[in-house]
Amino acid sequence: MAANAPAVTFIALFLPFLAALLAPVLVRTLGAKAAWLLALAPAMAFLQFARFLPEVAAGEVVTGGYVWVPSFNLSFSWFLDGLSLTFALLITGIGALIVVYAGGYLKGHPLQGRFLGFILAFMGAMLGLVISDSFLMLFVFWELTSITSFLLIGFDHEREAARRAALQALVVTGAGGLSLLAGLIFLWNVTGVTQLSLLVHVGDGLRQSPFYFATLLLVLGGAFTKSAQFPFHFWLPNAMEAPTPVSAYLHSATMVKAGVYLLMRLNPVMGDTPAWEILLPFFGGITLISGTILGLRQTDLKLMLAYTTMASLGLLVMLTGFGSTYAVEAAVLYLVAHSLFKGALFMAVGAIDHEAGTRDVTKLGGLRSAMPITFAAALLAALSMGGVPLFFGFLAKEEIYAALAAGNPRAVFFTAIAVVGNALMFALAFAVGLKPFLGRHVETPRHAHEGPVSLWLGPVVLAGLGLLAGIFSGVAHFYISSPMASAVVDEKVVIDISTVPHIGMPLLLSLVTILLGLAIFWRMDKARAWVVQFVDALGIGPDRGFDYFVRGLVRMSAAITRFVQPGRLELYLTATFILLALALLLPLILAGEWPTLPPLPDLLLVQEAAFLIIAAIGIIAVLRAKNRLTAIVSLGVQGFAVAVIFLLFGAPDLSFTQFMVETLSVVILALVMTRLQLWSRDHRPLPQKLLDSTIAIACGLGFTLLLLKSLQTPFDTVLSDFFNTYSKTIAHGANVVNVIIVDFRGVDTLGEISVVMITGLAVLALIRVRSRRSAKEGKV
Amino acid sequence: MNSLILRTVAPVLTALMLLFSIFVLLRGHNEPGGGFIGGLIAASALGVYGIAFGVTAVRRAIRFHPMAIAGAGLMLAALSGLISIFFRVPFMTGLWVYPQILGVEVPLATVMSFDIGVYLVVVGAIASIALALEQEPGPTIGPEEKH
Repeated sequence: MAANAPAVTFIALFLPFLAALLAPVLVRTLGAKAAWLLALAPAMAFLQFARFLPEVAAGEVVTGGYVWVPSFNLSFSWFLDGLSLTFALLITGIGALIVVYAGGYLKGHPLQGRFLGFILAFMGAMLGLVISDSFLMLFVFWELTSITSFLLIGFDHEREAARRAALQALVVTGAGGLSLLAGLIFLWNVTGVTQLSLLVHVGDGLRQSPFYFATLLLVLGGAFTKSAQFPFHFWLPNAMEAPTPVSAYLHSATMVKAGVYLLMRLNPVMGDTPAWEILLPFFGGITLISGTILGLRQTDLKLMLAYTTMASLGLLVMLTGFGSTYAVEAAVLYLVAHSLFKGALFMAVGAIDHEAGTRDVTKLGGLRSAMPITFAAALLAALSMGGVPLFFGFLAKEEIYAALAAGNPRAVFFTAIAVVGNALMFALAFAVGLKPFLGRHVETPRHAHEGPVSLWLGPVVLAGLGLLAGIFSGVAHFYISSPMASAVVDEKVVIDISTVPHIGMPLLLSLVTILLGLAIFWRMDKARAWVVQFVDALGIGPDRGFDYFVRGLVRMSAAITRFVQPGRLELYLTATFILLALALLLPLILAGEWPTLPPLPDLLLVQEAAFLIIAAIGIIAVLRAKNRLTAIVSLGVQGFAVAVIFLLFGAPDLSFTQFMVETLSVVILALVMTRLQLWSRDHRPLPQKLLDSTIAIACGLGFTLLLLKSLQTPFDTVLSDFFNTYSKTIAHGANVVNVIIVDFRGVDTLGEISVVMITGLAVLALIRVRSRRSAKEGKV
Repeated sequence: MNSLILRTVAPVLTALMLLFSIFVLLRGHNEPGGGFIGGLIAASALGVYGIAFGVTAVRRAIRFHPMAIAGAGLMLAALSGLISIFFRVPFMTGLWVYPQILGVEVPLATVMSFDIGVYLVVVGAIASIALALEQEPGPTIGPEEKH
């Protein structure tokens, strides 16, 4: 096994991408059944990662990888410890269930293949994110999750709300990604390390660095946007525009936890500082409370879940930053529990929506007999979410209170926040998991009945796991929670909390939470009305702010474009040439490096003198030309004379090219002139002429002086010696100029001919636009 | 242009110029010349033909859209650079073969096909611009220019 393990892990990592490529074809040939086949890819990856469990539980770290760009010391390597392995298992395990679920949920949708492709591609990206060892790989996969999330949120691209939500998510998480990139570069520069696995050896180096705070802020910028922390939370509820499998998978179980993952990963090197222990709990706490309160306001089941997800992420960030081993244990337990119950609840809500035709809690009721299996799964998940004994969620909640109830004022404050937040989440859990199924039967848009197996398999498995993990907590802790917590705090941690209640402070707080939650659940409608009033009184939130921001950005860029690009060619040319003249003359003036005038040659050969005179005549003819065509041709005369001078001084290649360029520019300019509607004569008023000629003379003078100066500086012959020596021997060519163009500097030439090609295309496009417009005007 | 002399001479002139452009292209490695200059000569040749017989005639004569020629040239140049991959040497390394053709040793190289690519890009792009400009419906006289 050891010998081929890296290859197998590598394949496991790329299986989702491969499946993503195949998805459209498979769905076209097999229909919705293809999902079962496609789910094998994540399932197989899951099994491969599960094989590492004993090794990692024993405290070992699995690494592997391939050299990628050795010159940059960049390798494609992975790093599996308790933290990344747990994430990998969640991603592939829930991923397999989600693919099956999406097969049933979008059955018959014309674009189902594309959807499955997107979601599998996301899976690959997310898997890459959590097992990447190198910073750069982490960043690439991080961005890839943002992009696939954009595609999935905007899947219903014909609805404007979906497009807006997709763009919003991309802008917010994309901006966060840039911040993360900067943070990682800081991290690299401060520690000199480019791999996560080596960070643990850094010790206090980063914490004592003067750049610590900047690094922290940048990293938090990435983590908070991805994990929807206040004030960047607004994109997450809007992302519920996506089909439900996406909400269940990306926006609750996996992607939004990437930020938490990052914080946990960096906890050993960045945690344990005042800044860390103030910023994280503070923003996490705000997110927890605002998420639950905003969730209470909703009647849409999916939005209620979305806000509790945001709240849960807040709780996780708060715990990660709280600064004790206990708190980390609590965060780890809650993270796993949350992925299980929230994934199950989202899928159950999707099943209700799919079968009953609505997900408005006020229009649902009495579904228990119509959808018994979904009901059972939703109830189990809600019990875990509410933190009722026997369930994994209960263990997490006990650990949270054990961690927070440390006695000092700071702990009391955060305990209060946690109790309120958890009580509200309890109420919301049952509003989603119980309310639609209880009470009188309510007529729904569609006649509700149990969905196919693909729709209830996922919720049942995840909710069931939540119960099993609670009952057999020893196994779950040994393989999952303890190794993960050990990785986060970077020392051996053993979690031993079990579902047998211990009398004490945590149990008391749990009871308070449950009672408070029951009370809120009881008076849900009243609480909702109160919250609606409260939130409306607050005025615009960050969601509207985003709209204003985007609109302002568009207006500003339009205004700048109008200012910089007024559309008058004369202005562009004037600006360009003034800058050119300044660039040529200013350095000479500022550095005082005027060239000395070269001595005039005693004897000018007759032919040299003749061509100089011809060039001068050409210029005089340009100035005195009666119309444009004459001017252009006269300019060509001057160019020809210069070309001959090149020839006389022994530069035949240059001279040839000059001849051809002069000829063709005369032809093309003449053609352009006949197309444009121009005055045939120069119509500029005298001041304009004076200005233009001043600029022209300044440019010419600048070039002359620059050339004189460069001829007077000592000539470094290294390059010409090199080319003369090796042109024949290495490149088998006697014409050094040509050898440089096609061989020594061939890549440059490749770039240049690409530019020639693009210029040609651009000119062609411009002419087409013009002729089409004039044809249209001609018809009118 | 409706000049009998030009129309008589143009085909011959164009043929000679094209031949010359290829000559300049191929000898470029050892004597003055090369892809750029060869391409410019060929573009001028097409220009002469266009002036004598009109744009449609040129388009018919070269069969392909000039931009397609330029694109093919760019691809040829890029591929010439890529051949080096198969020999595990860096991108754009010049590779040479010396086959015996009709009893004469002819040196062939990737730099030569690269230069041919340059030639095609220059011919294609310039000819495309010139033809598009020439083809336009006749000059519309601007409002300020009635004379």
